[in-house]
Amino acid sequence: MTTKSKAIVGVVFVLFLLVIGFIFFRGPLPEVSLPAEKLGTISGFSITNTILATWLSMAVLLVVSILATRNMQMVPKGVQNLVEAMLEALLNFVEGVAGEKNGRKFFPLVATIFLFVIVSAWLALFPGFSTIGLVEGGEHAKLTFQETEVAGVPIGILPPGAQAEEEGAEAHPAEPGTIKGMLVPILRSANTDLNTPLAIALIAVFFVEYWGITSQGFFKYGSKFINIRQLVRGNVVMGLVDVFVGLMELVSEIARIISFTFRLFGNMMAGEVLLAVISFLVPWVAAIPFLGLELFVGFVQALVFGGLTLVFATMAVTSHDEHEEGHEAAH
Amino acid sequence: MEPEAIKLIAAGLAMGLGAIGPGIGIGILGGRAMEALGRNPEARGVIQANMILAIAFAEAIGIYALVVALILKFV
Repeated sequence: MTTKSKAIVGVVFVLFLLVIGFIFFRGPLPEVSLPAEKLGTISGFSITNTILATWLSMAVLLVVSILATRNMQMVPKGVQNLVEAMLEALLNFVEGVAGEKNGRKFFPLVATIFLFVIVSAWLALFPGFSTIGLVEGGEHAKLTFQETEVAGVPIGILPPGAQAEEEGAEAHPAEPGTIKGMLVPILRSANTDLNTPLAIALIAVFFVEYWGITSQGFFKYGSKFINIRQLVRGNVVMGLVDVFVGLMELVSEIARIISFTFRLFGNMMAGEVLLAVISFLVPWVAAIPFLGLELFVGFVQALVFGGLTLVFATMAVTSHDEHEEGHEAAH
Repeated sequence: MEPEAIKLIAAGLAMGLGAIGPGIGIGILGGRAMEALGRNPEARGVIQANMILAIAFAEAIGIYALVVALILKFV
């Protein structure tokens, strides 16, 4: 076959898949809920599906690290080689930005954030995330599940082509052999819960401040925020400007937490909604390029979160005066 | 108008208007990065890394609009 006829066969096959998927395998538009769904409680703490996904990401990281370090050798092979190559690339990036001494100090936190964000984002692309869950009744019960039984456990299956009932339509009672309810997924991407990015952002900003204080001293670092040196000397105009600049620094420090949190949360949530909507509109084929996009987004967000932590930490440990002297020297 | 309708319009407007700024910003960033690449192709790695970081900053603003739109629509 020539390349051209191969291409034609490929296009026809893709179109065929599109049509079949569109006619027979359309799923319902999933309910989007911003807060994570609660699955149960353990002694007062509610266990949500995002927490389960967080634990799963942690378990994956743990297992990979154990596998990589179980049988360490001077000349790495297999898993050890792969992990070493990735960590070396990360270390080079960190040392390139922060310099060798500071880079090695920042590396554990930056690498941890990077690995956790990327693993939790990529795990969420596996089948089973957001699609397997508990069927729950209630006022949002709009889907009709076919009831079957596997080894004595009742299981509801959403048949292909099932659609959610229209908003405001008359509620039909459940027919025998079916269950009415809504899907509460057991696993949902860890960072689609606002609490997870907030936790990472708080850790990152805490460490940035900690490094700033330990490397410059409490008062020197604090003078970045409350700067009255010029005011005390009697230079009123420049003093007021310095005080104002210090306040701005303080505000931007707090804004960092918000921006860290919402950037990651928004990207992950948007990815989740995008994939759901695309596979509702055009099932099967059209979702694949978007899965690729989500792989890229997960990588970029991990890089951005880790990279910004690194940049802020580097800024915090660089003394303000040194910085200014550098500027003057440059002029 | 019904409150529900206003909510939908507000969500659409929040996302649509909120996407203008980041869109322009990312366009400028990408264009300038290409210019820089044309002038100095050896600096590809540095330019790319910095471009992605800067785009993430611009994109964050669009994401804020998205979060507002999502809250309007679903909460």
